[in-house]
Amino acid sequence: MSAALIDIADLSIGFTTRAGALAPVLRHIDLTVRSGETIGIVGESGSGKSTLALAAMGYLKPGLNMLGGTVRFAGQDMFAPGAIVPRIRGGRLALIPQNAGQALTPSMRIGAQIAEALRLHTSLPTAVHDARVIDLLARVRLAAPSELVARYPHELSGGQQQRVAIAMALAGEPEALLLDEPTTGLDVTTQAHVLELLRDLAADTGMAMVYVSHDLGAIARVCASIAVMYAGEIVAEGTARQVLRTPAHPYASGLIAAIPVLRAPRLPRPLEGRPPAPGAAGPGCAFAPRCALAEAACRTSPIGLVPAPGGGHVRCRRAEEAIHLPLRNEGPLRTPHDDNAATSLLRLDDITVRYARPSLWQQITGQHPSAPPVVDGIALDLRPGETIGLVGESGSGKSTILKTIAGLIAPLRGTTSLTGTTLAPRVAQRPVGALRSVQLIFQNPDESLNPRQTIATILAQPLSLYFGLTGAALQARAGELLAQVRLGPHYLERLPSQLSGGEKQRVAIARAFAADPDIVLCDEVTSALDVSVQAAVLALLDALRRARGTACLFVSHDLGVVRALADRVVVLYQGRICETGPAETVYTTPLHPYTEALLGAVLEPDPDYTPRLLAADVIEQGPPARGCPFQNRCHRRLGPECHTVTPPTQDLGDGHLVRCHIPFTRLTETAL
Amino acid sequence: MLRLVINRLLLGAITVALASAIIFGAVEALPGDACVAVLQRDAVGQRLENCRRELGLDRPALTRYAHWAAGALRGDLGVSAGSGKPIATLLGERLRNTLLLAGCTLAVGIPLALLLGVLTGLRRDGLLDVVLSTGGILAMTVPEFVSATVLIFVFSIGLGWVPGIVLAAPGAPIGDFFPGIVLPVAVLTMVMTAHILRTVRSSIIEVMASDFVRMATLKGVRRARIVWRHALPSALLPAVNVIALTIAWLLGGVVVVEKVFNYPGLGRFMIDSITERDLPVVQALALLVASVYVTINLAADLLTLALDPRLRTHRGRG
Repeated sequence: MSAALIDIADLSIGFTTRAGALAPVLRHIDLTVRSGETIGIVGESGSGKSTLALAAMGYLKPGLNMLGGTVRFAGQDMFAPGAIVPRIRGGRLALIPQNAGQALTPSMRIGAQIAEALRLHTSLPTAVHDARVIDLLARVRLAAPSELVARYPHELSGGQQQRVAIAMALAGEPEALLLDEPTTGLDVTTQAHVLELLRDLAADTGMAMVYVSHDLGAIARVCASIAVMYAGEIVAEGTARQVLRTPAHPYASGLIAAIPVLRAPRLPRPLEGRPPAPGAAGPGCAFAPRCALAEAACRTSPIGLVPAPGGGHVRCRRAEEAIHLPLRNEGPLRTPHDDNAATSLLRLDDITVRYARPSLWQQITGQHPSAPPVVDGIALDLRPGETIGLVGESGSGKSTILKTIAGLIAPLRGTTSLTGTTLAPRVAQRPVGALRSVQLIFQNPDESLNPRQTIATILAQPLSLYFGLTGAALQARAGELLAQVRLGPHYLERLPSQLSGGEKQRVAIARAFAADPDIVLCDEVTSALDVSVQAAVLALLDALRRARGTACLFVSHDLGVVRALADRVVVLYQGRICETGPAETVYTTPLHPYTEALLGAVLEPDPDYTPRLLAADVIEQGPPARGCPFQNRCHRRLGPECHTVTPPTQDLGDGHLVRCHIPFTRLTETAL
Repeated sequence: MLRLVINRLLLGAITVALASAIIFGAVEALPGDACVAVLQRDAVGQRLENCRRELGLDRPALTRYAHWAAGALRGDLGVSAGSGKPIATLLGERLRNTLLLAGCTLAVGIPLALLLGVLTGLRRDGLLDVVLSTGGILAMTVPEFVSATVLIFVFSIGLGWVPGIVLAAPGAPIGDFFPGIVLPVAVLTMVMTAHILRTVRSSIIEVMASDFVRMATLKGVRRARIVWRHALPSALLPAVNVIALTIAWLLGGVVVVEKVFNYPGLGRFMIDSITERDLPVVQALALLVASVYVTINLAADLLTLALDPRLRTHRGRG
C-alpha cells in the first residue's frame, strides 16, 4: 500500500469555556487517507466533522486550539509554522466548501478567482491562464465557460457556484480534495449531477477525497469507505458496504433508520435525545444516554476502537448485538387518509402570484410587468384530516403558495376558500375565526420564535387571542401543549436561545396547535434539523395531527419526508403544477417527466444504489412565458408544442392529474 | 447599469428641486421679508417700498420663486440684501475656502482613517486597537471647540509652531491660508477619522470572519493579498456612506471650527448672514448645502455600485 497522504494521529481539538474548562470538539482522532482513496465522514451537526476537515488543512476556526496529536500531509506537519503550509493549501490539498455562494469572493469575477489559484499553485505562464481557466470550467461541465469567466459569483445559480468552487480546487491539480458538505443546499437534481461529476473526477484523476457530510446518501454515492463521527469521536469505520449494510454501532444504525425513504409510506425511526455538549461527555461511551443497548459499564469505562463483527472498526462494547438492530422503522405502513366523500376544507382556485411590481414608469403608463407570474393557476382541494405534500425544487413556488393561503401575499388573481367561504387576500382583512383555523409553521424556528419572549409568552399569545384564556387556565393549557410536544413544564420559563433546534421546532408546533387549527401549513419544517431530530419532529407532527384530525399542507423539497407524511402530493415546477394525485400512485408510477426526474435523482444510503439523471442540467432563470414549465430540462420533449402551448391536464381518475403533452397512455407505458 | 445611473441622477435632481421649494417656502413663511430684516427699524414707508422693488419683493411669491430658481440654474443667486453684492461672488469665495479646508482634511483624514481602521480591525483587541479605539471615542465625544482650544493652547500659544487663527480675507490667494489652516484641519481630522475608523474596523472584523475570506486562506492566498483583494472591497462598503456623510458635513460648513479659527468659509458666512438677517444669502446657502448633500450621496451610491457587483444587477424584488 502506498504511503499515507493525509495522516491524522491522536488529534484532539477544543476550546476553553468561559468557566475555564477545556471542551474538546475532537477527541483522539486517527485517520489515514492514501492516494486514490475516497473516505466519507458522516455525522450530525456538532459532531466535529467540519473541524476535522479544516484541521486536515492545518486550519482551526477562531477560538479553537490544538489539544494534542498531529496532522500531516505527505509527511509535512500542517501545523508547523512557516511558508510550506500555504503552498500545500489550495494546491496539493484543496477544499471544496459548503455553500460556494458564500465562499466565493463577491467582488471578484470568477475567472480572476480561479486564475488566482493557478498563479499560486502552478508554474503555468500567465499568458495561458485565461485558456486554462476556461478548460477548468469546461471540465466541471459548465456550459459556455468563456462567458462565465467574466461573471460575478452572485450572477450564477447555486449549482454553478458549486462547480466554480470545484474548478478552483482543481486548478492546482491537487492530490487530495476535502469536500465539506459540497452539495448541501443544492436542489436534488442539481446535487445528483454534482455528485456524478465528483465520482467521475475521483475515478479519472485518482485524487484522494475526504467527503464530509450529514447525508449518507451522498456519501454512499461517492465514497468507498465511511467513518461515522459522534461527539468528536470516530465511533465506526469501514467500507461503505460494511458501515451501511451491517453497522455495528447503535448510533450508525439509528442514523440510517432515521432517514426517510421513498420505497414505503412509513415514518422514519427517531433517535431520541441529543448529543452531549463539548466537554460534557462522561468517561464512557458518549452515545450511551441515547442507546437502547447501553448498560452500566458503557457509561463508566472508556471504549476503544475494536474490529467490528461485520468488518471495519467500531467503538462499542455491544457491537455483536448492535449489528442486529433494525435499519428502519418497523411500525406499520401508514394507510392513506381516503375520504373522497368529504367536502373540501380548503380550496385554492387559479391562484396566481407575481412578485415583480410595476416600475414607476409602468404605473404611470398603465403597463403591467412583462415577467411571467412565479406561481400560475394553482388549484387544489384539501379535505378534513388529509395531508397534502407540495414538493418541488427551489423556485417551484411552494412557499409562495403557503404564504398566499396564509394571507401574507395577495395573489394577482384566484381565490382561497375555507369551508366554502372565500377568504380575503390579506391576513389583516380576515376574521379571527379564519386566522385561528389556519396556522403556519415556519422552516427556521430560530427566526419564527421571538428571542426575547419566554416559551410561556410565546404559547400564551394564541391562547389568549383565540380563546380568551387568562391566568391559571392559560398556564395549565400552555403546560398541556408543551407536554403534547413532549417537553417538560420547566421549559415554560426558558427563552428560545436556551433550546436546541429540535426543541425550538417543537415549541413552534405547539404554538400552531395552540390555536386548535383545522389546517396547519408546514413550510419546510424539518429542513433546518439534523436527520435524527427530523425523524422525531415528523413523528410528533403526524401524531398530533392524527389525534386532532387536523388537515395539513406540507411543503418540502425532500421527497422522502413527504412520502412519510402525505396522503396526496402535488408536484410543482416553476410555480406550475406538473402532476398531482394520491401519494402511493405518484411515488410508485410517476408519470410526468419532471416527477420521474425528481424521484430518480433522490439518493439512498446504499452503496449499490444508482440514481437516474434524467433532467437536463440546465439553469432556469425563471418560468418560461409560454408552453410547459419544464420544457428546457425535459428528457421527453415532444416538439415545438412544448415551447408554445400550455400542456393539457390529463385526468387519470382518483384525483390523479398530469399536465403534459405526451398522452398518458404513452406515459404509463414507460413508467411500468 | 446605465439606467440605474440615470435613475439616480434624475432622483437627485428632483430632490434638489424639492429642497429649493422647501427652502423658498420656509424663508417666505418667516415673518417679515429681507427688506424688513435688513432695514429693521427703518423698514417703513418709501424706503421699504424702494428696497422691495429693488429686490423684486413686490411680485407674487410664485413668480419670485420661478425667477429665483431660474437664476439659480444659471448660477445667478441674486444680490445680498446687506451688502448689495452679487451672492454668487460672495458664495464663490467662501465655497473655495471651504473646499480648501475640506480638501486638506479629507486628504489627510481618509487615508489615515482607512489605514487605521483596517489595522485595528485586523489586530482586534491588540494594543494598537485598544489605544486607537479608545482614542477614537475620545476624539468623537470631545466637542470641537474644546479640542480646538486645547490645540491652540498647546501648538500656538505654548510651542508657537503654527498660528492659532486665520487672518486671511475671504478673497485672499490660497497661499495666505497656510500655515493658519493646519490647526483647523487637525481638529476636523480628529473628528472625522474617529467615525470612519470605527466603521471600517467593525466591517473589517466582520468580513475577515466571512466564508470567502476563510476560503481564500484555505486556497493558500497570502494574508496581505486576502486583505487587499478579497476583503477590502466588501469591507469598504459601509465606510463609503460614512465618508460621504463626512464630506457633506465638511462642505456644508463646519460652523464651530470656522468660528473658533476665524476661517472665512461657508459655515462662518452662514452664521454671519443669519445674524445680519440677510435672507437672500441664507436662502442661497441653504440651497448650496442641499445640493452638496445630494451630490455627495449620489457619488457615494455610484461608488457603492462600483464596489459591490451584486447591487449592479439587483432588481428590487417583492
